[in-house]
Amino acid sequence: MPFQRFVETGRIAKLQHGPLRGRLVAIVDCIDQTRVLVDGPLTGVSRQEYRLNNLHLTKYRIKFPYHAPTRVVRKAWTAFDLQKKWKSSAWSAKSSSIVKRTTLNDFDRFKLRFAKRQRNKLLTIAFNTLKKRTKSDGTPRVLKKDRREKLRKLKAEKKTAPKK
Amino acid sequence: MAPQVKAQKPVKSGKKKSKTPLNTYLGGGLMRYSKTQMYKRRAQYRLKGTKRPIIKTTKTPVSVTKTIGGNKNGKERVVFTKKPKANFPTKTFVKKRAAKGTFSAHKRYIRRNMKPGRVLILLAGRHQGKRVVLLKVLPSGLLLVTGPFGLNSCPLRRVSQRYVIGCSTRLDLATVNVPEHINDEYFRRIKASKGKKQGEGDIFAAKKEKFVPSEQRKADQKTVDEQVLKVIKANPEGKFVRKYLQSMFSLTSSQYPHRMKF
Repeated sequence: MPFQRFVETGRIAKLQHGPLRGRLVAIVDCIDQTRVLVDGPLTGVSRQEYRLNNLHLTKYRIKFPYHAPTRVVRKAWTAFDLQKKWKSSAWSAKSSSIVKRTTLNDFDRFKLRFAKRQRNKLLTIAFNTLKKRTKSDGTPRVLKKDRREKLRKLKAEKKTAPKK
Repeated sequence: MAPQVKAQKPVKSGKKKSKTPLNTYLGGGLMRYSKTQMYKRRAQYRLKGTKRPIIKTTKTPVSVTKTIGGNKNGKERVVFTKKPKANFPTKTFVKKRAAKGTFSAHKRYIRRNMKPGRVLILLAGRHQGKRVVLLKVLPSGLLLVTGPFGLNSCPLRRVSQRYVIGCSTRLDLATVNVPEHINDEYFRRIKASKGKKQGEGDIFAAKKEKFVPSEQRKADQKTVDEQVLKVIKANPEGKFVRKYLQSMFSLTSSQYPHRMKF
């Protein structure tokens, strides 16, 4: 498969290094093989050069002429409605969940573990009952308990029937 | 223990003295800053034109002449207001200085998050891995801690802050009253009385005395824990806090304590 994401003007990318890590930017211009000029007017990233090594490319691309001023980048960014599109992507969901996980404190981690344990308890009970009631070939199995209950029901019906 | 008051309250004087001197001697009759430079540094131009108020001091005379009765006594005599020393030492003695560097006089540096009510994770000792509640910081710099005993069987205990992780979970211990008598002295080890030597065979057969909590300790444990448990109950997440304190701390794979938040 050919490459889909290129380092080009308008390519949206994610910063992966330093204090601005995790923010989205648009590539404005390529400086050389290793560096590009980026700008993120709506994500709090001022226009600056950035190493490509520390930049992860997304599938999004907005359109503006190369070396466009911040004003133009902002306009293209809002017109593209990038924030909404990014939020609906799997990548952003994953990264936000990673952030959530890393920011958990000790008590939160305990609560998470506790909730997981409760869920797994319910799951194993449900699984075991299903397992009991199915044969190895997948057909439903009738247990002794069921037969007994069936007989009891029949008996009760017989008792009530002659009275009428 | 030695005087605890010293460790508790470092005396603060009113005027702040700068640690570095304004001017230093460079050697060879030279100062680091010249007269004019010092004039600037001291901001003495502010005082230009002002006059210093003259403070009148009354000098007490060194000696007083007193009239003396009796014909053969010369009528008057010069008496020093300060009595001269009656005896002078024949040998110079080296003065013994008070020991400054004793442990009790050390300044304590307690980590900022070590505030009463914090949940701590113990990292060493026989209760390691347990989550406990910090009650207060003792003057010796050790932390007073309780399990509570009913939850994780960690008693009232002193721990060093070095062997503890402070968590961000807090309990509001404003209503908890820790008895005054629970201090550093309270936790001191009771030394076995000497002079028990009986025979020569006993020298190597050292007996290990088991620690048995006294009735006093049991009672204190009860009073403190009752209050702490009340606080936990009042907490909106009290149910989880209880379970949290009961649970042990451990690391699993791919968990790095320096990257985690507590």
